[in-house]
Amino acid sequence: MRTAFVETVCALARADRRVMLLTADLGYNALEPFAAAFPERFFNVGVAEQNMIGVATGLAAGGMIPFCYSIAPFAALRPYEFLRNGPILHRSRVRVAGVGAGFEYGTAGPSHHGIDDAAALRPHPGLTIVTPAEPAQLAAALRATWDQDGPVYYRIGKDDAVRVPGLDGRFRAGRAEIVRDGRDVALIAMGTLASEACAAADLLAERGISASVAVVSTFNPSPVDDLTELVRAHALIVSVEAQYVAGGLGSLVAETIAEDGAAARLVRIGVRNPPQSFSGSQRFYHALHELDRDAIARRVLTVLAGERV
Amino acid sequence: MNRDSGESAVTGRRVRELILRESHRAHVGHIGSALSIADIVAALYGGILRIPSLGDTERDRFILSKGHAALALYAALALRGWITAEQLATYCGDGSLLGVHPEHELPGVEFSSGSLGHGLSIGAGCALAARATGSARRTFVLLSDAELDEGSTWEAAMFAAHHRLDGLYAIVDANGQQAFGYTRDVLAIENAAERFAAFGWDAREVDGHDGAALRAAVDEAASVPEPHLLLARTTFGRGVSFMERRIKWHYWPMSPEEYATAMRDVAAT
Repeated sequence: MRTAFVETVCALARADRRVMLLTADLGYNALEPFAAAFPERFFNVGVAEQNMIGVATGLAAGGMIPFCYSIAPFAALRPYEFLRNGPILHRSRVRVAGVGAGFEYGTAGPSHHGIDDAAALRPHPGLTIVTPAEPAQLAAALRATWDQDGPVYYRIGKDDAVRVPGLDGRFRAGRAEIVRDGRDVALIAMGTLASEACAAADLLAERGISASVAVVSTFNPSPVDDLTELVRAHALIVSVEAQYVAGGLGSLVAETIAEDGAAARLVRIGVRNPPQSFSGSQRFYHALHELDRDAIARRVLTVLAGERV
Repeated sequence: MNRDSGESAVTGRRVRELILRESHRAHVGHIGSALSIADIVAALYGGILRIPSLGDTERDRFILSKGHAALALYAALALRGWITAEQLATYCGDGSLLGVHPEHELPGVEFSSGSLGHGLSIGAGCALAARATGSARRTFVLLSDAELDEGSTWEAAMFAAHHRLDGLYAIVDANGQQAFGYTRDVLAIENAAERFAAFGWDAREVDGHDGAALRAAVDEAASVPEPHLLLARTTFGRGVSFMERRIKWHYWPMSPEEYATAMRDVAAT
């Protein structure tokens, strides 16, 4: 997804001289094409994320459209208050890309895991949060949002190979994308974990369970209408995210059900335990937190069998 | 947009009178901090800043990073005629754009501030945007000395020096006080100019109550191809005898008797 990011931002920069790229010393072996093509609009600000967001706030006020890049927790959480009192308060055209959504930086450990960035930013109505599920969708999202008013946070993966069957790179701001229609359960997923939700739906189909799969690619403003339709149409809803469930997609779906008064039962799949110190791959962490296809399918079967989980 | 009353309308004494009048009417504090920068703000809006009109895209940018002294800025904007006396009289009222800290929706305020340590990085971005678009406009950031406690200020200082943002002017209101005590007791920053110089800034010290000296310092700095730091030596509460160098007047509002004394003191300056 990093390749799609830099290729698309390069294309935008070719078309519009206002587009700049700032990084807090991350993106080695990814951002070089932009740096080579637009050296006067590329700034490695050093390991200083607060300053990066402050500088971007000043740049946006001067008519530029700065993209700021770092690993998700450093992009979103270290400068959190600079985002709040800068681009959000001033409604600036600042774009922040937090790379490594979920456990993509698995072996780097908890300091690098992006499991709370989107939830932490979600309270702010003035901030658009885009959570693409595959590279083509990120490219479409960038093209749809790059020059809109107000700030945008892109929670992106670094995996260039991930694909979500049926998504075909579609992105519509404020909408959820339905990639599979089913009757028995709706899996509502966010980020690249949507591909695991699709694989889980395949496993469920083998057991005679018909699952819908929806991808939430705009986390804020949330796709309330699409989610409301889903929770009305299914008796069982399962949210799937590589993020803490509190404040994340699980909370969003719970709010939707509660505010609509729908009768659906909700099962929230996500991270619930405090961080631990051991190392491991993304696959390891997905298994540990029961986020992978097998765990998702197992959970659905257990619930449908009438057992409390 | 209101008519510009001109630079000569802005003097330190008039700024002080408005600070006292409005803080007393609203029964709000931060008086000593605003009085501390009255002469700096008067020098800026009385001649240093090139602002042909508030809507001029080539206007110099001013960021009051020590946002809690907003009343001094409101006074200067009022004296220039950019906000009306009626607007000024809404200070701290319900629904007013003139709160304790400046908000960008008020004409004449470039950025909302109030969270210390935020302004210098925004100023660096403003200076970089000017360079990127080939503009000669300058950016002035007014910080408190206690704001130098914030690590983010030094991130911005490194960035501005590395990119030699010579259109950036940081003025530090060095009154030696902060909310809870004197800076020498809380977190010493006595050699701030040396520290900025060590970071690669064009750093100089100046009397923050001498408008001509401030203006001369800005003029002298202009030819140096580095970001500029003016360490402006000031007296907290300057001009009001019972407030000068007194910690209490960071937050305290005035009684009617204190207000009368304060106005007499300022009239005598």
